[in-house]
Amino acid sequence: MSIILEPRRTELAPAVTPDAARRAECGPDDASPAVASGLPALRIDHVTKTFVVGRHKRPVVAVDDVTLRVERGGILGILGANGGGKSTLIRLISTLLTLDAGRIEIFGLDVERDEMAVKRLINRVSADAAFFKKLSPAENLVYAARLYGIAPSVARGEAVRILARLGIAETRLDRPLEQMSRGMQQKVAIARALLTSPTLLLLDEPTTGLDPRSKLDVQTFIEELRSTHDATIVLTTHDMDEADRLCDHLAILDRGRVVAEGTPAELKARVANELGMPPTLQSVFMTFTGRSLDDDVEEAEPDDD
Amino acid sequence: MSAMGRELKASYAFVERNFNLTKRYWGWEAAFLVYALAGALSITLIGKEQGDPRLILSLMIGAIFWNYLSVVFSFIAETIAWERWEGTLEYTMMAPVRRTSQLLGSTLYAILYGLVSTAVILAVLVAFFGLDLSHADFLTAAVFMAVGSLSFVGIGMMAAVLPLLYVERGAQMTFVLQSLLLLVSGVYYSVEILPDWMQVLARFSPATYILDGVRRGLIDGTPVTSLVGDIWPLLVMAVVFIPLGVRVFGLAERYAKRTGKLKRVG
Ligand SMILES: Nc1ncnc2c1ncn2[C@@H]1O[C@H](COP(=O)(O)OP(=O)(O)OP(=O)(O)O)[C@@H](O)[C@H]1O
Ligand SMILES: [Mg+2]
Repeated sequence: MSIILEPRRTELAPAVTPDAARRAECGPDDASPAVASGLPALRIDHVTKTFVVGRHKRPVVAVDDVTLRVERGGILGILGANGGGKSTLIRLISTLLTLDAGRIEIFGLDVERDEMAVKRLINRVSADAAFFKKLSPAENLVYAARLYGIAPSVARGEAVRILARLGIAETRLDRPLEQMSRGMQQKVAIARALLTSPTLLLLDEPTTGLDPRSKLDVQTFIEELRSTHDATIVLTTHDMDEADRLCDHLAILDRGRVVAEGTPAELKARVANELGMPPTLQSVFMTFTGRSLDDDVEEAEPDDD
Repeated sequence: MSAMGRELKASYAFVERNFNLTKRYWGWEAAFLVYALAGALSITLIGKEQGDPRLILSLMIGAIFWNYLSVVFSFIAETIAWERWEGTLEYTMMAPVRRTSQLLGSTLYAILYGLVSTAVILAVLVAFFGLDLSHADFLTAAVFMAVGSLSFVGIGMMAAVLPLLYVERGAQMTFVLQSLLLLVSGVYYSVEILPDWMQVLARFSPATYILDGVRRGLIDGTPVTSLVGDIWPLLVMAVVFIPLGVRVFGLAERYAKRTGKLKRVG
């Protein structure tokens, strides 16, 4: 996977991920018929999104001239402070927001022009597990699956398999979802997204609010997904260990702009070499988001999270 | 699977989901039925007090069919409000389903639900007042209900847009629309008693024609064939309002995606 931040003339040295290497060994990429081979899974090209908020119509530039590229099978991590623009970027990719400028392509399909086709390829998990809370997980999942043209019996089978993998027994599938804890609901949300076998999976803080074991379960599952399902993943997280473990590339968003990018190792080396800081993603985050905790409090945007 | 088949199946997803929700909120639904019944009864009792059998029937029909229309209308109008409240709106909106299929599914369920609740209330009221409906032409009533529902569907779609545009109070604003329709459509009185300018508005409300048609069918036993003059405005309204509703909804969706109004949290 390679991420190109400044427009480069040529793609000189794309980072070789284990996945890319594996595919190179296997010869030409045997793409599934749904998506064309050779195209990047995700191409974000000079994308900007501004919101106009409040009584004074103050514009907020949530995403500011972002250019990123994710090759098929890669996991891109997006890090950044609260209000940095991560969720907005995910929503722009998910067709939930229109772009002010720039373009986004998923396997060569334009999110605005080819909206329906793009929708079939993607799914998203966000930090809040949004469901019809009175309905059971099974009912919620069957509803979601039907929207993607998946038969209820197939959906149920898949859901049982995925949820078992995440530590939720089949017997819980038919009781109202409101009786589940937040973490359990989050796992059902993950199942909902995976049910549709998305080629591009957008995970917006998928492990926020999970206990340490559940977090590990989900992380292991994401790793498996990548290796067994040929899925490309965009992940936002506030958990630096998680980013380190899962992502083969990171982009750091600060006030809507990409302020740094590279493999976790590259970024850690950079802060260590240039600034003499400990080689951790923690230092990377602190360096590039440029604000101490105090600044954050002072400048705190009215965030509705 | 053909594209059409796929969309129909997607529509069914909304019917099934709403049915499941009704099942889970059955206590609520029962309470709502009691509310509707009590409302219809108390209005019809005004006719009883006047000792006028024709007024009893006329008020009963007004109360029952207004209930039907408001159920259909609010169900459609609330599809968005409800999903926003649950937070599922973004997930539904990012699914590969055409908006027409979504609205079709919600509408179908609303009509089914409205028919069932209307049948219950009608049965209770007929029994309560010992009404004689042997002269009634039920076919006339059914045709007016069916055709009239279609135009209400279009208006419902336009009302559904309000919660998309006004995050907090959009759902309440649909009530305003509903009460204005109630005012001008001659639900409990004849439109002739309205001031002229309101009578002009009455002509643009499908409810005016539906209630008139249903009353003539159930009270006078008029066959539908002699009421064609009341049917065609309804057909025209259906043909105009439904595509207009879909179009308005599409524009509102685009506006919501531009201004970031689909999201609830996160
Ligand atoms: N729908 C919206 N309407 C108005 N402003 C918005 C909307 N969504 C996001 N914003 C603004 O855009 C900016 C970026 O928000 P975003 O939710 O993308 O941040 P984030 O990086 O996901 O933050 P967090 O870590 O808290 O989840 C913030 O200033 C936010 O207030
Ligand atoms: Mg966020």
